[in-house]
Amino acid sequence: MATLALRRVGLSRLSLARPRSPGLSPPPPAWPAWPQARSLSAGALLLAARKFTDKHEWISVENGIGTVGISNFAQEALGDVVYCSLPEVGTKLNKQDEFGALESVKAASELYSPLTGEVTEVNTALADNPGLVNKSCYEDGWLMKMTVDNPSELDELMSEDAYEKYVKSIEE
Amino acid sequence: PPPAGCESLSAFRSPESLKQTPLYDFHRHHGGKMVAFAGWSLPVQYTHSHLESHLHTRQCCSLFDVSHMLQTKVLGRDRVKFLESLVVGDIAELKPNQGALTLFTNEKGGILDDLIVTSTSEQHLYVVSNAGCMDKDLALMQDRVKELKAAGCDVDLEVSDNALLALQGPAMTQVLQAGVSDDLGKLPFMSSAMMGVFGVPSCRVTRCGYTGEDGVEISVPAGRATELAELLLRVPTVQLAGLAARDSLRLEAGLCLYGNDIDESTTPVEASLIWTLGKRRRVAMDFPGASVIMAQIKEKPKRKRVGLISTGPPVRQHTLIVGPQGKAVGEVTSGCPSPCLLKNIGMGYVEAEHSKLGTALTVEVRKKSHPAFVTKMPFVPTHYYTQK
Repeated sequence: MATLALRRVGLSRLSLARPRSPGLSPPPPAWPAWPQARSLSAGALLLAARKFTDKHEWISVENGIGTVGISNFAQEALGDVVYCSLPEVGTKLNKQDEFGALESVKAASELYSPLTGEVTEVNTALADNPGLVNKSCYEDGWLMKMTVDNPSELDELMSEDAYEKYVKSIEE
Repeated sequence: PPPAGCESLSAFRSPESLKQTPLYDFHRHHGGKMVAFAGWSLPVQYTHSHLESHLHTRQCCSLFDVSHMLQTKVLGRDRVKFLESLVVGDIAELKPNQGALTLFTNEKGGILDDLIVTSTSEQHLYVVSNAGCMDKDLALMQDRVKELKAAGCDVDLEVSDNALLALQGPAMTQVLQAGVSDDLGKLPFMSSAMMGVFGVPSCRVTRCGYTGEDGVEISVPAGRATELAELLLRVPTVQLAGLAARDSLRLEAGLCLYGNDIDESTTPVEASLIWTLGKRRRVAMDFPGASVIMAQIKEKPKRKRVGLISTGPPVRQHTLIVGPQGKAVGEVTSGCPSPCLLKNIGMGYVEAEHSKLGTALTVEVRKKSHPAFVTKMPFVPTHYYTQK
């Protein structure tokens, strides 16, 4: 639980200035800047559908399959991810079951399933490039995909607005 | 130097109750992410990531605020006798301005704290011990002072409110030499001198550190600490580093963190710190816990602190270490993925029969077993300045 404390409490008082190299690209906006032309595309719909847990995982559901990752707040608090422990395809998870962990140099942070379902795919790119979780937590740094056995559980998760407010509240 | 405090980064207290070092505002101003550590508010990192900060220390030079450490002066004619009554090391043999790592031990041979003692040429011993052990260290020393004084001895304690800055990394000499008139080439590892540093007088500069790199710790009057830190930071090769980098650097260097890797339940023999026992002290058997410790050397300890390298997820404190028959043989006390080796490193205690270098073991992380083997420490070669 120590690591969770680090992730959820320890660094929660920090400013969200991204701990990236200075002099490189400027920090990305807090929200992905979607090109105008795509504002009505599947990307926008995906974005609109992203739901969050109070443990900082997100899930977006498309065609009955949920894609799961961690939030920008979580990746910043965790720091450089150097190892991802992910479940095997076929693993059955209940909502809030631990399904793996992300490891930075200083701490391990457990991952919890946002919904009940079965793992259908894990992001194999993370084995060689765990830093994708930091660089692109909402896109290339996704963690796993799962079936949605109980769609009503989605209603128990936070919308993006609600999650933003939640993050602000724990930062205070 | 002795490691900082015994509390993990998660040991949070309400901010009001936390102590602040003289550099508190400096940290905030430079983007320090403040956390509670051993009762102090200290930066865990600044604007650079933990990894960047770690590697920068190995390649260039980093500045750490270690003012939370307890700095004590021991004065009086009987100061050596006093300190030797509490520690395992040979303090009498220290040359002027020479220092050594030593241990406070109890009658059972357990380690009460680790500390650096310097025998200064100014007629006092300069002691640096852990922030997390401050209360018990002070009580231990004050009680002994009272006893000795009652017996007619001449000894006194003075707690210093100086700040302590650690400048660590291969570029240290280049950075510091520009600001001191003493020749740093004549200040070998574990020696100490008083000097002005970038115009700040009365600094005690000791060639030591907690990173495995060449480096110094500068004890500076509290009122001028921020000024000195700003001057050092103005040098382009110097970056600020916090507790996170400090911990991964010391682990790569194989150095113990009090409260994790050593404590009152571990002896110097189990902790593989026999080298800290003074030769004369071993013969005289006149340090606290000597009978237990000397018997353990003779009979071999049941468990030993070893280094481990593993594959799979990193090991952490309390990771189980399992032997060839599937039986638990020990536990990890510190572990992390090594930024320099890109391997998982850790230290922990294992039953003595499994402590030989190269022994194949397994570690259990989140209910899965992963291969590990016993490795010599330091994991990353140290670069102490030991030349004359």
